[in-house]
Amino acid sequence: MDALDLARWQFGITTVYHFLFVPLTIGLSVIVAALQTAWYRTGRHEYLQATKFFGKLFLINFAMGVVTGIVQEFQFGMNWSDYSTFVGDVFGAPLAMEALLAFFLESTFIGLWIFGWDKLPRKVHLACIWVVAIGSNLSAYFILAANAWMRHPVGYEVNETTGRAELTSIWAMLGNTQAWSTYLHVVSASFITAGLFVAAVSAFKLWRERRDAAGVEGTAGAPPAGGERELFRSTLRAGLLVTLVAGLLVVFSGDHQAKLAAQYEPMKLAGAEALWNTEDAAEFSMFAVGDTEARENVIDLNIPYVLSFLATGEFGGTVEGINNLQEQYETAYGPGDYTPNIFVLYWSFRLMIGLGLAGVAVAAGGLWLTRGRRLPTNRWFYYATMLALPAALTANILGWLLTEMGRQPWTVHGVLLTAESVSPGVSLGEVALTLTLFTTIYGALAVVEGWLLWRYVKAGPAHLVPAKDSEGTDGADSTDRVPAFVY
Amino acid sequence: MDLVTVWFLAIAVLWTGYLVLEGFDFGVGALLPVIGRDDTDRRVMINSIGPVWDGNEVWVITAVGAMFAAFPAWYGSMLSGFYLLMFVILLALIVRGLAFEYRGKGDTDRWRAWWDRAITYGSAVPALLWGVIFANLVRGLAMDADHVVTAGLLDLFTPYAVLGGVTTLSLFTLHGAVFLSLKTGGAVRSRARVAALRAATVALPATGTFLAWTQAAHGKAWTLPVVALAGATLVAGVVLAARRREGWSFAATAVTVGLLSVTLFGSLYPLALPSTTDPAYSLTVSHAASAPYTLTVMTWLAVVFLPLVLGYQAWSYWVFRKRVTREHIEPTPAYGGGGPGDSPDGAPASAG
Ligand code: HDD
Ligand code: HEM
Ligand code: HEM
Repeated sequence: MDALDLARWQFGITTVYHFLFVPLTIGLSVIVAALQTAWYRTGRHEYLQATKFFGKLFLINFAMGVVTGIVQEFQFGMNWSDYSTFVGDVFGAPLAMEALLAFFLESTFIGLWIFGWDKLPRKVHLACIWVVAIGSNLSAYFILAANAWMRHPVGYEVNETTGRAELTSIWAMLGNTQAWSTYLHVVSASFITAGLFVAAVSAFKLWRERRDAAGVEGTAGAPPAGGERELFRSTLRAGLLVTLVAGLLVVFSGDHQAKLAAQYEPMKLAGAEALWNTEDAAEFSMFAVGDTEARENVIDLNIPYVLSFLATGEFGGTVEGINNLQEQYETAYGPGDYTPNIFVLYWSFRLMIGLGLAGVAVAAGGLWLTRGRRLPTNRWFYYATMLALPAALTANILGWLLTEMGRQPWTVHGVLLTAESVSPGVSLGEVALTLTLFTTIYGALAVVEGWLLWRYVKAGPAHLVPAKDSEGTDGADSTDRVPAFVY
Repeated sequence: MDLVTVWFLAIAVLWTGYLVLEGFDFGVGALLPVIGRDDTDRRVMINSIGPVWDGNEVWVITAVGAMFAAFPAWYGSMLSGFYLLMFVILLALIVRGLAFEYRGKGDTDRWRAWWDRAITYGSAVPALLWGVIFANLVRGLAMDADHVVTAGLLDLFTPYAVLGGVTTLSLFTLHGAVFLSLKTGGAVRSRARVAALRAATVALPATGTFLAWTQAAHGKAWTLPVVALAGATLVAGVVLAARRREGWSFAATAVTVGLLSVTLFGSLYPLALPSTTDPAYSLTVSHAASAPYTLTVMTWLAVVFLPLVLGYQAWSYWVFRKRVTREHIEPTPAYGGGGPGDSPDGAPASAG
């Protein structure tokens, strides 16, 4: 164990943690903005309730996204100073753009949105949340362009005298095929996740109402009419719809990602498929048990032609294998181990697809079961919808494991090795200390955040905006008046 | 002026913006237990910076991001060189940022007391450490020929650096107290005035000595008037605060923080990170800089977007220009577990 290993763990842990909140922010900002737009257009009270309710949950999550993001911005310099010095010219630019173009927008307008409910004209206030939503989705593009460059470096050259990479075309770097393809894939995965978040929360509320109603009768039926049933039935369907649409996009963009991997990072794809030797008409592996020492699979359960199609668009296309690639790399870059961790790649690829698409399937099924004015009586429907959320979050994380661990041993593919990226002046003890403390505090904060979300979900929208009819005539003004000072 | 100098200036502007803006919200946070006698007072204080602190914090994210793009070697050496201090700052910013958002969302006293501590320490600690870091940056660090900082943690706490830390902490506290007296009403406002005058008893001598020391040891000819002006505006700020001219006083302390930052960056240039091991090992601004193409791209971006950012941030300050008073604060937090005629089913009594 040396400082390099710990720095890798630290990057993985802090980034995975950041990415638990990011997909929710990206998707929920848009969903909340849409709910508020619906309220603005129709004036219907339920939409205001839904906006406030999901808006609160969004804010609880957003705060975590912000504070974990700051760590990301600093840790390239702290743990990867050689990497930073080598690529800053190219890689720093999108990061600075992200801050200047997106983070300022988001952070300023989120303040205006939180505190501006009764200070700003309704239209301006609505515009604020849309600016936040646009900012979040914009910020993702810049950071993903930076990340995509590491997987497929374009628009740069290495300066022989300084020994650093230098940008030659900002357009090539921002327009990188890998950048927009990744963007589509990540944003659709984010909307799957946020859609399922809304659906899972709604399902939970409906399940509670149903259970409480059943408590009296002793039989479980559909949630009773009245109460918050209508509100959550519509948000349930809205969440499921978002997931389903995003689910279609994720498959197309994921397919494109695989094709790009075949082109630019063949080792990653070969690893994800545990394909040891180059094949024509390669089969898509459903289940495999490999022997990474002997570099071959012991058990293989395959679907013919599918892998070739996924990688090349042709059923007979050639897909390169791990062993062949290892040889090629040794010839090109000198002796060394160019094989990433095949076990992790193989399983994260399968589980990403499996768990993520399971969530999409739940969405499709749920939309069917709730068609018309229906609400299922069977409790499994509610359980499945609630479970789909952690499944989607896990799929996101596994996707990043595939992406990042599949790029190893490189930080910049074919250009800079991870081992050459780490900060030379930072000791094992220092990284160990920060890793331990970050992990501890992240764990504690996860508990706090989970508890808050749970508490707000349980309390429901009535505590943020009283239901209109429960107030009587006197309460008429308090339904529209929302306290401005929320801290 | 060549692009490298332009970008050194741009970085200095971003850091200056950060120190001036976050300076006062650090000050407000550090004063939370001093001025906020009860929960309502503390909420008045927190709400006075509530809508703007996050926007202020993005200045540091942008400053650091821009250093990464324009001076990669500076970014790398500085962040890895101040490794543990940066780490403590990050922890502080994490708990502080969450505290603003989460404090009002639980309803036991213990819950709020914990987040109050997070705000206090989360504000005071970075206020101190940024001073230590910038003083070291000007003074220089043990650093080898490859620009790898070899100084240990204790080497960073030289008398000059400690004085730098005391300066930023006390100056930000003063700046924050003046901000509070400008933005709040009633008892909080008058206590803030008293706190400002008390903070001045440390801020005046500390800032004066630190500026003089910086000028004597590292300054340039042109920084001398800057130092003098910084001293003058600081004195003016304190006098104005005593005379209840809060708006002018705040302007004066803001200018002082700004001029302090100008002095530090001015003394540093043309180096980015001086080496005390051997002056020949120092990292110069031109050596640390990115190639002209990147700097040109970044210049266009900054020219177009920085004014835009300033515009909408100014607008948000204008929207929230009114004083915050106890009357604005609802008796219970936005969701305190007791909506009208309804109680949440079993909201836990204790939040830990
Ligand atoms: C709900 C989440 C989710 C779902 C259902 C999918 N993905 Fe995915 N995938 C991600 C979430 C994700 C991700 C977390 O967003 C990643 C990580 C980095 C990236 O670009 O997106 C990712 C990466 C990623 C990569 C690696 C890209 C690279 O490193 O170059 C490939 C090849 C795919 N995906 C392919 C697919 C395919 C073929 C899918 C289904 C048919 C699929 N993904 C469904
Ligand atoms: C942009 C600059 C980035 C750098 C320099 C970088 C570098 C690294 C390195 C060195 C590792 C360790 C790899 C290993 O141990 O196998 C890693 C892992 C990881 N990174 Fe990245 N990465 C970057 C961007 C990102 C982004 C934008 C994300 C997504 C949010 C991300 C997510 C991950 C994940 C999930 C891991 C896996 C955990 C692990 O392998 O330990 N990374 N990264
Ligand atoms: C390792 C690379 C990353 C860095 C350096 C980084 C940086 C940051 C920073 C500094 C913040 C806080 C912004 C604030 O204070 O307002 C943040 C939050 C956020 N990041 Fe990341 N991030 C990384 C990975 C990602 C990825 C891969 C995505 C999306 C695909 C993403 C999207 C977001 C979003 C949506 C937020 C929400 C809060 C906000 O922007 O204010 N980030 N990130």
